Amino acid sequence: MNDLWHQIFNFSDYGALLGLVKNSLVAGAILGLVGGLVGTFVVMRDLPFAVHGISELSFAGASGALLLGTNVVAGSLVGSLLAACAIGALGIRARDRNSIIGVLMPFGLGLGVLFLALYKGRAANKFGLLTGQIVAVDTVQLSWLAGTAAVILILLVILWRPLTFASVDPEVASARGVPVRALAPLFTIVLGLAVAISIQIVGALLVLTLLCTPAAAAMRVTASPVKAPLLSTLFATVSVVGGTMLALGSSIPISPYVTTISFTIYLVCRGIGAVRTRTTWGRRKALPYAGQSEARTEAPAARLAGKG
Amino acid sequence: MISLRDAALSYGERVLWRDLTLEVGRGEFLAVLGPNGSGKTSLLRALLGQVPLSAGTLTIDGRPPRRGSAIVGYIPQQKSLAPNTPLRSRDLVRLGIDGHRWGIGRGGPAIRRRVEELLADVGAAPYADVPVGMLSGGEQQRVRVAQALATDPRILLCDEPLLSLDLNHQRAITELLDRRRRTRDTTVVFVTHEINPILAMVDRVLYLAGGRFSVGTVSEVMTSQTLSELYGTTVDVIRTGGRIVVAGAADASGSSHHSGSAKEAGT
Ligand SMILES: Nc1ncnc2c1ncn2[C@@H]1O[C@H](COP(=O)(O)OP(=O)(O)O)[C@@H](O)[C@H]1O
Ligand SMILES: [Mg+2]
Repeated sequence: MNDLWHQIFNFSDYGALLGLVKNSLVAGAILGLVGGLVGTFVVMRDLPFAVHGISELSFAGASGALLLGTNVVAGSLVGSLLAACAIGALGIRARDRNSIIGVLMPFGLGLGVLFLALYKGRAANKFGLLTGQIVAVDTVQLSWLAGTAAVILILLVILWRPLTFASVDPEVASARGVPVRALAPLFTIVLGLAVAISIQIVGALLVLTLLCTPAAAAMRVTASPVKAPLLSTLFATVSVVGGTMLALGSSIPISPYVTTISFTIYLVCRGIGAVRTRTTWGRRKALPYAGQSEARTEAPAARLAGKG
Repeated sequence: MISLRDAALSYGERVLWRDLTLEVGRGEFLAVLGPNGSGKTSLLRALLGQVPLSAGTLTIDGRPPRRGSAIVGYIPQQKSLAPNTPLRSRDLVRLGIDGHRWGIGRGGPAIRRRVEELLADVGAAPYADVPVGMLSGGEQQRVRVAQALATDPRILLCDEPLLSLDLNHQRAITELLDRRRRTRDTTVVFVTHEINPILAMVDRVLYLAGGRFSVGTVSEVMTSQTLSELYGTTVDVIRTGGRIVVAGAADASGSSHHSGSAKEAGT
């Protein structure tokens, strides 16, 4: 029992270990920021399946790079972008999109497995691409991560408002002149970039823990378009950085720590959301038809504004 | 405000309507009726500049229609918003003001005041901070009206805005639109299955059916003779107790049977 505990949590020589994984912590913080923001749109646009599909091709790219001895981040970027382009070009409609992803996903995974089988290097590298790793982030990789993250953030800042509009209310957005159709493949590319850097830390199988869970949790507790992405970012960062720090010194991959934190946050948010729905938001619905009278209704509105 | 000359719209071989010549004046309330698939929504899409006419000309306020024009407000055919949509009523209205602009956009007090005003005008202030996904159909539709009025448009295009609303909410929404038209001289193009809720305010009716159309006042268009000609089969229009009931092959208004309309749409 005690042995098992020490396998999972081991904090001896913690200070020295922390120094070793400084790069990973920085990478984790970057991923938290990117994952939290991109995840907001993943949930709004109902794209978790696309995330999963892209990540398998990204994995194929990364393992191909590992086999060839080239830059792994660059490899996963290539895989991601190919997947994003395929989905963007072939899957305009939601139904087409899902079946195309369903076709691409096993192909990518199979290709990745082939590359890894041929690879003769360290086994930890292989496993890491699927289930996450913390020590393998060297300075070159970190600069690739940071550079890609910067591109993602710049694109997001530019696209933010029209992308929100197009995601939640496409008909009116289109009538107001938002290029709704062009934004879909554009966002898929942003998503591809985000997936490519996420798999470096959490692994291809667990990317959704960064690109979906935190945003879904945030949207349970707030409907404010400002607070939702902020909370989502906070949740994602806490999950990755916290997971990395807990995983230090243990012999277990980082991903179970990250996914557990992320999932716990989601459960808590779901609970809070359920209570909110039944009390504040729900109580309003119990009121009789409000008509045009304004006076008595200011109170619940103000109460929500404080928390919303 | 809206001028159509010999206009036609077709998707490939399929002609929805042709030879449509119509002037809609300032402050006019035009109802667009017709069975499913007769091209009502497509007409609005043409007015929005989203689909080009296949023949003829169309001008809005003297100019060709342009996507994103601020003088046109739009209420889409109802589709309720996802329950977890991270937007409150006020945010949806705000998107109507500046949602098409690039960047993040921090809002600012002027925009916030404008949103409050718009919400108050349609009586949606009580649920300004409620997530849109949690609004009832009628509440969502009020917020939609506020959103459509965000740019202070001179033309309002409404696509079946009364669908699945109960009578109270139907009345509330039509009164909102009618008041806007009377106080601000806004032209209203109102696509509907059901003419009775708007009988009191309709100036003219455009009835689309089977590739043909008929335009005129309610008493001109909603007659057994006109509709029978349009549909090419016997249609009875009965006026009873201030209501209009259409009975026959195509029930596109009055006590409408949707199966009948759907069958008609296939022809
Ligand atoms: N983009 C499109 N391409 C091809 N056909 C279309 C398109 N949009 C609509 N249609 C067809 O045009 C017909 C009219 O559609 P619509 O204008 O939505 O009718 P309504 O709103 O009167 O029910 C329908 O049969 C529909 O299938
Ligand atoms: Mg329609």
